[in-house]
Amino acid sequence: MSEVLVLVDHVDGAVRKPTLELLTLAKRLGAPAAVFIGASPDDAVAQLKKYGAEKVYVVDDAETKGYLVAPKAEVLAQLVEKTSPAAVLVVSTAEGKEIAGRLAIKTGSGLITDAVEIDDDGTTTQSVFAGSYTVKAKVTTGTPIITVKPNSATPQEGEGKGEVEQFAATISDSAKKAKIVASQPRKSSGRPELTEAAIVVSGGRGTGGDFEPIEGFADSLGAAVGASRAAVDSGWIPHAFQIGQTGKTVSPQLYVANGISGAIQHRAGMQTSKTIVAVNKDDEAPIFELVDFGVVGDLKTVLPAATEEITKRKG
Amino acid sequence: MNIVVCVKYVPDATADRTFESDHTVDRQGVPGLLSELDEYAVEQALQLKEKREGEDVEITALCVGPASAEEAVRKALQMGADKGVLVADDAIAGSDAVGTSAVLAGAVQHIGGVDVIMCGMASTDGAMSVVPAMLAERLDLPQVTLASKVESQGDQFRIQRDGDTSTEVIGATAPLVLSVTDQSGEARYPSFKGIMAAKKKPLETWSLSDIGVDAGDLGLSAAWSEVADTEARPPRSQGEIVTDEDGSGAEALVGFLASKKFI
Ligand SMILES: Cc1cc2nc3c(=O)[nH]c(=O)nc-3n(C[C@H](O)[C@H](O)[C@H](O)COP(=O)(O)OP(=O)(O)OC[C@H]3O[C@@H](n4cnc5c(N)ncnc54)[C@H](O)[C@@H]3O)c2cc1C
Repeated sequence: MSEVLVLVDHVDGAVRKPTLELLTLAKRLGAPAAVFIGASPDDAVAQLKKYGAEKVYVVDDAETKGYLVAPKAEVLAQLVEKTSPAAVLVVSTAEGKEIAGRLAIKTGSGLITDAVEIDDDGTTTQSVFAGSYTVKAKVTTGTPIITVKPNSATPQEGEGKGEVEQFAATISDSAKKAKIVASQPRKSSGRPELTEAAIVVSGGRGTGGDFEPIEGFADSLGAAVGASRAAVDSGWIPHAFQIGQTGKTVSPQLYVANGISGAIQHRAGMQTSKTIVAVNKDDEAPIFELVDFGVVGDLKTVLPAATEEITKRKG
Repeated sequence: MNIVVCVKYVPDATADRTFESDHTVDRQGVPGLLSELDEYAVEQALQLKEKREGEDVEITALCVGPASAEEAVRKALQMGADKGVLVADDAIAGSDAVGTSAVLAGAVQHIGGVDVIMCGMASTDGAMSVVPAMLAERLDLPQVTLASKVESQGDQFRIQRDGDTSTEVIGATAPLVLSVTDQSGEARYPSFKGIMAAKKKPLETWSLSDIGVDAGDLGLSAAWSEVADTEARPPRSQGEIVTDEDGSGAEALVGFLASKKFI
């Protein structure tokens, strides 16, 4: 069985959940082979193995670390050359898509981005035009390179062989032309990761800059916090929390929009959520067209009261 | 300094966008315009020029698209770009990002002596966000992409990139490929003076043979991926809407969440 290369998305060796989803999807196409680029791979290898990696290529990051994107694409291209895989799967983060784009050119392969599903025969499903269309597509040339959105599959445990192979990649000087001069890790909020969360509670201009009711309600549900661009542009919350066309795309079980009107660019990031709820003062706000349940009311009173009730019920 | 801004002509995102029977984007039935996200790239190019007063800086707006895409180039000229190039060729229709990046790369090489290739963060239709990275790969240039801030001195560039897990400062030396996000600063509206001036600015249309790109590698039939099906998602039907009165809203909300087992 051919290998399916899965590029591991991790922070200092801690594997992020979407990678485990990719391993689950990879099993449909062949033997999952994880590609770990970094130092201290031990914890990662154990976890990748637990989620079905038959093989883990470990690539020392001494030569890739300080540079943007290009060296990782070179590593993958060399592994594609060596293993002739059935496909290469990468998480649909900004960086993941750029790596995939360069890899497609390097290997003369077709590229599909932002898949939400992959069938056994390699047919992918994508959601386009702000979630209003579903597209089925397939790569026809070269090695299929597919980036997959977080939350597209449920990671399934299933012990793989987890055979470790050190891979010495050659990084060209040309790939080192864009240097990372400084890096400031984002502080963790202690809440679930936005793109991975089962529940997302978001706030917009209607919060008036006070996110306390949003955060309180989110915490009562164990949810991640998100925001509209209006809230981000006002400086109330960092851009990393923005949901929409130019922010994150989320597809949780439950999405609760508060003080958000429902502009097309916002919808683009949340329209595929399973259940949608909104709280908005204006009964004509377009967000209500999408909801499974809506409350016409002031979020400043509705949310704290709901938070109190949930906390009480949870006892 | 020679700046090329890549601008895409897209169907208006606020209209009902659809597909043709061959599963390519319907570009006829829906009004087209300059992709909003590329306006940020035009803006950053203009700011770069303004900061380099006294230097000889020229901005070329470059578009790959059908003849009607001239409108997108014209808008960039109205905003302040100096000249425009549209690469239009029947053979291009149906190309994917791989094909588009090949045409853009060919045009940039044909223009020659380009120091900065400026792009938006994504198109508002395909939204793949991969063309800048592909261009950098094809032209073997440094890629400094998804900038929320751009600074430069001479041929040294530094950008801020707000990544998924960290904020980074990326540095590189021109020539390079730069893409900017919608956090980089609002794009200006064309002024009346700008609109009048744009009428006199040069706007050339090139074919693939003009730039020496092989038509056989392009278009729908040569694309490296194939769309098998496109289907409109059924519109979401509106559920129950309640109006809050003295706390009834919160109660109903919690009741709904409990009924769906979220609590
Ligand atoms: C190129 C481009 C990209 C964009 N990308 C994004 C994106 O990624 N994400 C995004 O979100 N937007 C994006 N936008 C912006 C988008 O068009 C809207 O401007 C934005 O989503 C509006 O945010 P909002 O709903 O919070 O604010 P508004 O549209 O101002 O809506 C505020 C809502 O709050 C309600 N409200 C006010 N007070 C209260 C209260 N006390 N209680 C309850 N409700 C209240 C109001 O009734 C109103 O419906 C983009 C725009 C452009 C041009």
